[in-house]
Amino acid sequence: MTLFGDALAWITDGAHWGGAGGIDHRILQHLLVTFAAVALAALLALPLGLLIGHTGRGRLVVVALAGAVRAVPTLGLLTLLGLALGIGIEAPLLALVALAFPSLLAGAYAGIEAADRGAVDAARALGMSEWQLLTRVEVPLGADVIVGGIRAATLQVVATATLAAYISDTGLGRYLFAGLKSRDYVQMLAGALLVAALALLLDLTMAALQRASRPTTRKVPA
Amino acid sequence: MGIEFRDVGKTYPDGTVAVTGFSCTVPSHRTLALVGTSGSGKTTLMRMVNRMVEPTTGSVLIDDRDVLGLDKVELRRSIGYVPQAGGLLPHRRVVDNVATVPVLTGTPKRAAREAARGLLELVGLDPALGSRYPAQLSGGQQQRVAVARALAADPNVLLMDEPFGAVDPIVRRGLQDQLLQLQAELGKTIVLVTHDIDEAFRLGDEVVVLKTGGIVAQTGTPQQIMADPADDFVRDFIGSDRAERSLRTVAVDGRSLVVDGDGRPVGVLEG
Repeated sequence: MTLFGDALAWITDGAHWGGAGGIDHRILQHLLVTFAAVALAALLALPLGLLIGHTGRGRLVVVALAGAVRAVPTLGLLTLLGLALGIGIEAPLLALVALAFPSLLAGAYAGIEAADRGAVDAARALGMSEWQLLTRVEVPLGADVIVGGIRAATLQVVATATLAAYISDTGLGRYLFAGLKSRDYVQMLAGALLVAALALLLDLTMAALQRASRPTTRKVPA
Repeated sequence: MGIEFRDVGKTYPDGTVAVTGFSCTVPSHRTLALVGTSGSGKTTLMRMVNRMVEPTTGSVLIDDRDVLGLDKVELRRSIGYVPQAGGLLPHRRVVDNVATVPVLTGTPKRAAREAARGLLELVGLDPALGSRYPAQLSGGQQQRVAVARALAADPNVLLMDEPFGAVDPIVRRGLQDQLLQLQAELGKTIVLVTHDIDEAFRLGDEVVVLKTGGIVAQTGTPQQIMADPADDFVRDFIGSDRAERSLRTVAVDGRSLVVDGDGRPVGVLEG
């Protein structure tokens, strides 16, 4: 347990906080990279997923593609992108976008498909336009599944964002790679613990968000 | 005037023929009941009226205007629709469900909700139920809400897709009575789909009995069909041979008692 204790001591050491390479600074970087990757992926994956869910078209093709992307090892992709784009945050960011994409897409179309078909058909027959159908019926009814996709993507990305430090001096992964190189296992473990804690916190937050987005279908007893 | 089906047919891309060469006119303020087994195309025919299904041949006219020439969304908003098993929006309160179409057409929310509570009363529900969610109502209550929702924009035409199929017989009877009473007051032009011949006879001014593939077995008033079934299919469908359909009278204590085929009494003959 000394290694573990040492790692905790390393984290709580005031000398490792503050400044450009400080833990607080790296946590912020790590979060920024995570949010940027999920947001960028969502920009494409969510509209595409909603479209597939709503129209029921192109599902097979896109699901197969997303599955293929899921199978790509992120480290390999990162190396490839790093060779093409050079040192910097661009390559890891792009690799993380690819990582987040399938979960977001699956959540979006599964959410739409989960909406009660009878209600959707009735709403269309009553005279809702396709856009109104999507925004007023399908998305509200599938919101928690869609947010579930964002949650899954966020969890994957926040853990894997460690790799950003592989070719750029960004995020908490730096402690792992630096520790590995200098055989400083205390620093490595400290980095790993920090990433794990951050992932846990973020997932708890997203879980709360997912609960809150569940559609209300019953009146809360007064 | 009214609704006219003019030689309509529907063949799906996979070659399935749902309906062929169907013609029929529903005069304004009358109720047409489309009745048949599953696969008889009855729902397909009804959904052609609000363009939820588009015919591959022929045309459907409302007040002499081809529905294919009308804007889909506008058309649907102008037609009341009561789907199978309610089809209420589970995430919206009952009043907001009823107010759906008026809100879509620009009625302020407050006014639409106010009107919705009045409609709940019209269909025999306590307006206080308006603040509940559909899942908190019984099946029969949900069905009444669906009828109120269909009436909200005061449409001339009402489409009803097996509206009372998902509730038990006693509740169904109550809902049918309610509809007859409403129809006497409001005089809508109604196309009703059902697989229940008794429901068709109770609610329809005119009844179309359909065979598989949308082929018309017989068209007529309930009296005509009961009195003179066109063929064995219709005779079988309306249950002419069933004991409760073959009534006769027997004299008991100087009164004419009506009994069914099994000899069980069903009523007393008046006059």
